[in-house]
Amino acid sequence: MKGYWSTMRARFLTLLQYRAAAVAGLFCQTFFGLVMIMIYSAFISSSKAPSPMSLPQMITYIWLGQALFQLLPWGIDGDIATLIRGGNVAYELLRPLDLYGYWYARTLAQRTAPTLLRSVPMVIIAMLCFGMRPPESLAAGAAFALALLGALLLTCALNMIMVISMMWTLTGEGMIYLIGTVAMFCSGIVLPLPLFPDWAQPVLRALPFSAVYDAPFRLYTGLLPPEAVIGILARQFVWIVVLVFFGRLLLARGCRKLVVQGG
Amino acid sequence: MNSFRLYYRYLAISIRGQMQYRASFLTQTLGTLAATGIEFLSIWALFHRFGTLHGWTLPEVALMYGMVNVAFSLTDAMSRGFDAFGRMVRTGDFDRLLLRPRSTVLQLAGQELTMRRIGRFSQGIVVLIWAMHQLQMSWSFLQIGLLVAATLGGACFFFGLIVLQATTAFWTVESLEMFNAFTYGGVYASQYPMTIYRGWFRRLMTYVIPLATVTYFPALAILGRPDPLGTRLLFQCLSPLIGVAFLLIAFQVWKIGVRHYCSTGS
Repeated sequence: MKGYWSTMRARFLTLLQYRAAAVAGLFCQTFFGLVMIMIYSAFISSSKAPSPMSLPQMITYIWLGQALFQLLPWGIDGDIATLIRGGNVAYELLRPLDLYGYWYARTLAQRTAPTLLRSVPMVIIAMLCFGMRPPESLAAGAAFALALLGALLLTCALNMIMVISMMWTLTGEGMIYLIGTVAMFCSGIVLPLPLFPDWAQPVLRALPFSAVYDAPFRLYTGLLPPEAVIGILARQFVWIVVLVFFGRLLLARGCRKLVVQGG
Repeated sequence: MNSFRLYYRYLAISIRGQMQYRASFLTQTLGTLAATGIEFLSIWALFHRFGTLHGWTLPEVALMYGMVNVAFSLTDAMSRGFDAFGRMVRTGDFDRLLLRPRSTVLQLAGQELTMRRIGRFSQGIVVLIWAMHQLQMSWSFLQIGLLVAATLGGACFFFGLIVLQATTAFWTVESLEMFNAFTYGGVYASQYPMTIYRGWFRRLMTYVIPLATVTYFPALAILGRPDPLGTRLLFQCLSPLIGVAFLLIAFQVWKIGVRHYCSTGS
């Protein structure tokens, strides 16, 4: 266990170095958040059709999304990709660690460090200047925190599938880009999921992506009662088990057919 | 050899290079095609739920969506050289470009014509044609002309923005990521009528990053809609020229940057 812990720690500290990029990212996210809010409020307030979420709920939902923007994988760990492409992945196999666990620990840091770096200032700015609200209640806040933890573990399991798939498609950037975009769209970060057509709701809820952003956000904004967290955690747990199992299977297959490139 | 022939040669080389990896090209193009398609899906979903937006319908917004996306994809394909520009300044590679007896902008634009951008381009064209069909108006020669002019004006604007972004590297040795907010954020925001935005944002989109002049104002003239903001028809028809003016200004700033440049020497 200590091996995995140090892997994660080292990776985390490396990623914390990119502060200038974080400032630029913060600026972009604020800009996008403001534009999104202006567009969606124009729709909500100019139409007679009833809105499934109130204006303040929508605004808070958008800012949560902008703050946690880095949580969902839409790229992959560049280092692992290089390892696979260059053939150095052979060294990874020699380590006395379980490969899946080792890469998972790396991925966990890969997702947490930038998220922490971005989310704290984003939330502060959004709350002070742009109308983001605190959680509906103390219970809602606690439920949100729990669901977010589940979301983190889930998003890493999702990311692992993308990483491992690199073993098959050495130049799979197109596919990864596509999967990333679909995942983004179905998670609610582009357009809040409650605003999707009603018939699409069950489909979106069945997919794992909505458990990353949409479900925790609904708890935070009070669109779902705090006790719904139990169901959400169960859903996340099932998806994590499925994805980890599938990921391990894929990795085992990949290692068997792995051709070490270069020489 | 004149500049256009040289540029044409650059493109031919770049395309031939990319076609060496045909499968990779295909998946990347499909990737961008689907990704931009999804963008449009979210506009559709909003209209599906709310019906209209300040009196605008889906085909009208789709027209602006098509205009700005086609315009952006035209220049986005040429921007690869400018994206890498910060690195060229850091390593001193820019010196080599300066030694050649051709304009630096031409050489940078000729670095690569990123073929997978055809994904966004074709998706924009499809939405544009769909919108033109759905609007059920009789298209006059003038309207089509204005549509083309606005799209080209938009392409000029985006090219100017890319040049400006690269220019900042002369001072910061790193091209500023913040410009992404204006490029991608601009594409996103200019798909909707300006009336839905707050005053400060409208002014930003008209005077600072003048995207409204290549989408919203010409679209009003094309659709024959009165403008709640009170602009005249003549202004709406001529406003795409502001995109061209923006590009010319960007070139001037670039020249100042080149004069200011002193090599890192490494």
